[in-house]
Amino acid sequence: MTDTSSQIAFVQKEPIPESPPPSTAAGPVKWMRDNLFSGWLNSLLTLAALWAIYVILSGTLPWLLNGVWNADSLAECREILNGKTGACFAVLAERWNQLLFGFKYPADLYWRPTLAFVLLFVAVAPVLFFDLPRKLLMFTALYPFIAFYLIWGGTIWSPIFALAGFAAWYMVFERLGKNSFVQGFFGGAAVAAIVWGIGSFITGAIAPEEPFLQAVPSRDLGGFMLNMMLGVTCVSLSIPIGIVLALGRQSDMPLIKIICVVFIEFIRGVPLITLLFVASVMLAYFFPPDSTVDLFLRVVIMITVFSAAYIAEVIRGGLAALPTGQYEAADSLGLDYPQAMRLIILPQALKISIPGIVNVAVGLFKDTTLVSVISMFDLLGMIRGPILASTEWNGVYWELLGFAALLFFVVCYGISQYSQWLERRLATDHR
Amino acid sequence: MTTITDPPRQSFQLSMLLNDTRYRSFTFQAIALILLIVAIAYLASNLARNLEQAGLNISYEFLRNPAGYDINQTLIPYDSQSSNLQAAWVGILNTLLVAFLACITATVLGVVAGVLRLSNNWLVSKLMSFYVEIFRNIPVLIWIIIIFTIMTAVLPAPRAFRGDEPAASMLFGSFAFTNRGIYIPGPQLANPLFAATALNWVLVLLVLVGSSFGSRALSRWATAKQEATGLRPTTWYWTLAIWFVPVVVLLAIMGLSWEYPALKGFNFSGGIKIGGPLIALWFALSVYTGAFIAENVRAGIQAISKGQTEAAASLGLRPGRVMNLVVLPQALRVIIPPLISQYLNITKNSSLAIAVGYADITATLGGITLNQTGRAIECVLLLMLFYLTISLAISFVMNIYNNAVKLKER
Repeated sequence: MTDTSSQIAFVQKEPIPESPPPSTAAGPVKWMRDNLFSGWLNSLLTLAALWAIYVILSGTLPWLLNGVWNADSLAECREILNGKTGACFAVLAERWNQLLFGFKYPADLYWRPTLAFVLLFVAVAPVLFFDLPRKLLMFTALYPFIAFYLIWGGTIWSPIFALAGFAAWYMVFERLGKNSFVQGFFGGAAVAAIVWGIGSFITGAIAPEEPFLQAVPSRDLGGFMLNMMLGVTCVSLSIPIGIVLALGRQSDMPLIKIICVVFIEFIRGVPLITLLFVASVMLAYFFPPDSTVDLFLRVVIMITVFSAAYIAEVIRGGLAALPTGQYEAADSLGLDYPQAMRLIILPQALKISIPGIVNVAVGLFKDTTLVSVISMFDLLGMIRGPILASTEWNGVYWELLGFAALLFFVVCYGISQYSQWLERRLATDHR
Repeated sequence: MTTITDPPRQSFQLSMLLNDTRYRSFTFQAIALILLIVAIAYLASNLARNLEQAGLNISYEFLRNPAGYDINQTLIPYDSQSSNLQAAWVGILNTLLVAFLACITATVLGVVAGVLRLSNNWLVSKLMSFYVEIFRNIPVLIWIIIIFTIMTAVLPAPRAFRGDEPAASMLFGSFAFTNRGIYIPGPQLANPLFAATALNWVLVLLVLVGSSFGSRALSRWATAKQEATGLRPTTWYWTLAIWFVPVVVLLAIMGLSWEYPALKGFNFSGGIKIGGPLIALWFALSVYTGAFIAENVRAGIQAISKGQTEAAASLGLRPGRVMNLVVLPQALRVIIPPLISQYLNITKNSSLAIAVGYADITATLGGITLNQTGRAIECVLLLMLFYLTISLAISFVMNIYNNAVKLKER
């Protein structure tokens, strides 16, 4: 027997280490070949894109980086720049308060809307993120009254009685609503109306001459604050109205269905600006003579009506997307209509509709700039009106418009990112 | 043995209106009807009392009165002595004009951006997502004002074109970009067939429509031939001839020439003037809506499952034909409905013309006429009626289309 192992000259005991791929098949070179220069058309596109980026950056970067932040007027800006390209951001430094709060809101009261804005995040957080403790929703329910008091000021009794009315409504509903939704709802409404009636009477009697928070009339509101207020108020008011309209449109009762369809299609068929015209020139004719409803409230009414119609269509889509089995299952459990809707149909339909509702909300928030057309001084109205018309800042277009664009972009992009996160989060189908 | 007996016939009782689900819906509808009538009556009585107090009435007589204001961009004859109704017609045509132009450019822009966003090219797709996000998340009114500012504050004044060494010069010697608008060469007919200029152009349009029918007939004939013989006859030069020969001959007969804008006095004259507000509105609506259309196109293409592309590729189709014959026909079914609602949005957003002073229907009827006559209710109602008609017409067309392309399930 021979020793075979001694005849073999060489045995590889360890695996040969992998040699690195050739430099053209790995690393940044390969990536660029695959993604940027995979063919002549692709290379051409890449070059065109690079050229476009160069043009954009070479136009904006020097302007941005050379910006002047300390000056009193455009003329002074130009003096400092001395012929160089550069932005005159001094207008933002000087007029930031007007851009954010409007030109009439008292300067020493800026902390109030700011505080309301900060609290908005606390109030909205439990609605947006389901993991937060549910008890925070209590604050969300209180928030509208706190924000109203902070922004408008005046007597504290109006928000307190408004809150008391809703609380009474809720308690009656809890008591009676177990038997019959209709009884609970309308009974609560009646009690709330009584509370509000008494409240307005008492408020008129005990309103102090010098309220703790100075009252600010709503025509003094302006700037980005006005956009935020219109956006938040109208979206939150329009969701319940939208749900009612969507249910009405799905209803078996022909009359209710017709009313809802006509309303929704009419509102969706006309541009928002005509509805704002209605608010500014026409709506006053439909209120009782000698009553004065201020422009802010009229605009809120019309924008709410507008977004409710769109939200109704979104929710109708959600209702239609539910399988019929869900409706039949609810029926077979013996639930009546309000129970079936509240316990089975709406929770699912609303979940499907959330991305659509967020889309409507973003669109609506952008559309709040339209109020500048009916001479309300929102962010855009402030820019086009008082600031560009002033002698110091006449001609500072890009800085101001860029600032407005940036504010809207941050908010809208933020909301749409949230919506995408939520869609991923709510996706219960297994893919 | 059991017998099934009919349930005892209950006589109708009043309480059944509330407790019996068979009758309850009548109760609710009756209540809703009564509430609706009460609400309308309340609003109407308020309206009547308010009008009485203000000494006004509802009347459309003002439409016949002279408008008394000038409009700088009109498609039909108009001067300040024309009636308010004529001003409204000018506005309607201007609205339709800007909506039509913006629909075309927004579609082109949106399709290009949507397809490029799916490109393999990393840089291009990132650039396109940047475009989409930037334009979608900033209000269209801001875009309109930004482009209007470019038009008025950045472009040179006509006098910059004057002198031996002018500060600005015309593009190709025929396009002038000034802060008063853009001047482009206009077609002139030396010996027109009709006295009215518009009729000649209608004739040209009719010839083009005829050509399109001709080319379709040709392609049908080619398809029939292909099915009969297996060979498709080469037709592209015939198609070209059908499209171009008749229209070129017609224009040659009518003596087409181009009139170039030229600096005369303080301003340009000759050619066609496109005013700054129109440009601002047109471009802003195009880029803004283009971003939305790009998203629709992307979603439509991505909705086609990958298997379709792979199946087509495995049949041996080249990438271009895979797109044209397999992906696009299916994607269009997804893309077209949102596309048409974007067209609707363009039409509605064109009402923002009032912010830059373009004389569309909102600016004429809802703006100057309303302010001069004080007929707020009448003007706003007419305005809503116009937009409502447009929307209903567009959604009617969309429903027809949806029914035509709906997947036929049997």
